Amino acid sequence: MQQSAEFHTRVEHALANGQIKASFRSAMDGLMAKRKAAFPDTEALEILRLHGAQIRANSLSKLPELLEQLEMNCHKNGIQVHWAESIEDANNIVLTIMQNHQADLLIKGKSMVSEEMELNQFLEQHGIECIESDLGEYILQLAGEPPSHIVAPAIHKSRQQIAHLFNEKFPDIPYSDDVDRLTRNAREILRKKFYAARVGLSGVNFAVAETGTLCLVENEGNGRMCTTVPPVHIAVTGIEKVVEKLEHIPPLLKLLCRSATGQTITTYFNMITSPRKLGEKDGPEEIHLVLLDNGRSRIYEDDELITTLRCIRCGACMNHCPVYARIGGHAYGSTIPGPIGSILEPQKAGLDKLGDLPTASTLCGACAEVCPVHIPIPKLLNRLRYERTRNDHAGATLGQSSGRTVMEAGTWKGWSWVHSQPRLYRLAMYIITRLRKLLPQRIGPWTQVRKAPHIAPKTLHELALKEGFNDK
Amino acid sequence: MTEEKRYPEKPEKVYYFGTCLMDLLYPEAGLAGMQLIQREGVEVVFPQDQTCCGQPAWNSGYRVEAIRVARRQLDCFNEDYPIVVPSGSCAGMMRHQYPEMFKGNTDELRANTLAGRIFELTEFLVHVLKITLEDLGSPVKVALHTSCAARREMGVATEHEALLKQLSNVEILEQSRKEECCGFGGTFAVKHPAISAEMVSEKANAITATGADTLISGDCGCLMNIAGHLEYQEKQIDSHHIASFIWERTHATER
Repeated sequence: MQQSAEFHTRVEHALANGQIKASFRSAMDGLMAKRKAAFPDTEALEILRLHGAQIRANSLSKLPELLEQLEMNCHKNGIQVHWAESIEDANNIVLTIMQNHQADLLIKGKSMVSEEMELNQFLEQHGIECIESDLGEYILQLAGEPPSHIVAPAIHKSRQQIAHLFNEKFPDIPYSDDVDRLTRNAREILRKKFYAARVGLSGVNFAVAETGTLCLVENEGNGRMCTTVPPVHIAVTGIEKVVEKLEHIPPLLKLLCRSATGQTITTYFNMITSPRKLGEKDGPEEIHLVLLDNGRSRIYEDDELITTLRCIRCGACMNHCPVYARIGGHAYGSTIPGPIGSILEPQKAGLDKLGDLPTASTLCGACAEVCPVHIPIPKLLNRLRYERTRNDHAGATLGQSSGRTVMEAGTWKGWSWVHSQPRLYRLAMYIITRLRKLLPQRIGPWTQVRKAPHIAPKTLHELALKEGFNDK
Repeated sequence: MTEEKRYPEKPEKVYYFGTCLMDLLYPEAGLAGMQLIQREGVEVVFPQDQTCCGQPAWNSGYRVEAIRVARRQLDCFNEDYPIVVPSGSCAGMMRHQYPEMFKGNTDELRANTLAGRIFELTEFLVHVLKITLEDLGSPVKVALHTSCAARREMGVATEHEALLKQLSNVEILEQSRKEECCGFGGTFAVKHPAISAEMVSEKANAITATGADTLISGDCGCLMNIAGHLEYQEKQIDSHHIASFIWERTHATER
């Protein structure tokens, strides 16, 4: 159970760091308030969420056909489509495109799939420099850290930490912890990179099958720069991001922006349908779309777990999660943290690697309550707990049964044995109540911060009989 | 919850599912719930063969073990009476999870029928019995913690509040982040004690900060967690299940 130890160590580390808790608590409070203000009418919100869920469920139900349609329409539009079964495949596709253009610099817009691919590390091994152009991602690249939130990646860093980081990395620029000044500095550094890069990379929020359109949601304009300034644009995305029709975009966009940051719409919304056409003055000469599977088609096979793939990456589940708010994103040790990460990532990487994540939830339901596409997250967490501990070989989830321990299985077997035999149960409870004063007052981790529960002198079964309540 | 709720007419008899935590830790609250229903002229049947709804194992991933225990409960409630459960969590398990548990199984129909007859205590008192309460107690300030299952799975947060608001000498003090989980989560508290500790201590602080004399909850899991922590911190706050709190304040012969 090495991974357990690692997860617990990261959690302990996060909880011991007051700044992590303070940063996440206040940031999440802000995001929750903004979302709430963006959806003043709860009935209208529910109608919209059901609509969003239906659109995503519909797209997933026809996933193979829609992907073929997407490929065909992208091809018609002049976008080159590449299929990647694994992250190795996807990385190699990007590398080949870079090499074909003798490009040694990649300018990147925000993309969680590229994080999943660990693309930067891969390309750097091949002598290619990658520059993150989303401000949060750029800060993290300077710090050498992964994102801790899917929408606000550097949310765990304070303004002062960022100021010191810039000062350390760019000693020639005068120190400032003024947000506008820091942003201007980053902008000046990045602007030169935009001009120099021959290839730009972006993610995709929605890929429209019927038109072959790639939609990109962003706030900084760096996404538009990455996809228009360099002569070559590579878009990387997971196969689940396809939607059937263009008319499906407005409701999903509305749900995404409002759920994520409370914005009515983001500052930039890009719809990319083709490379630069003859006579046009701007835009890339070549566009490549890399469609990554990496375990998604296995998730697709299961009627219940497929709902995981509905996600539109708004981050509302993490913003509302009481566990995430306390341990932050890095403690999860997965590309995507929080409730959605806890169901998605173990299915991709295997329950043997990330099986702790589904257990790190109280199943309070705050995530499912705000999910814009009605992903039943607690139900799926429960399902993965089962997959992790089940004792047969009938499941299809990677790393199935890897979390089953003799001790735990034995405990539940014993529990089940007692609780499925009423006479035995009543006898056991009778004995426990009578011996209550002899029972230990320290019970493992429970009593580290709590007094032991007070066992009653008589059970409810006994009181009900004594008070004359009928059994039938 | 988008599901529309339907409540039956006031019945002659109900079943009562006392829950395993009440059986061992809060039997007087379990009894109070039964007495509240009985006082309204409804006979309460307490099947002696009931044990636990199966949730602890179900939420830990041990489905075979959970189903074995849950199946035994199906045998206890054969007549067509409503089944009242003094816990949002156990009621949610039986109402919403049982149909999932027994899907495609020979007991599916029995499980679905039982699920449709499950009512959480406060919703039953408010909507079926349309109870009116006369407060005989002295003035008290309370903080109410509604469990996540009561709030989100069963949707009965307003029913908890409505009952307390009927008590004229009870002042409900609002705590910050009242909708946030207390950090119990069943085996979560044992598997992830450090996170659970952080959550319960913040919850307890929010409750203490209200200046309340008494903590009330409709779920024994939360009560055991929060009250256990308050006691550990030596805070002078009483804690009560909502059933015993209401019964003690409205019961005419003593107090």
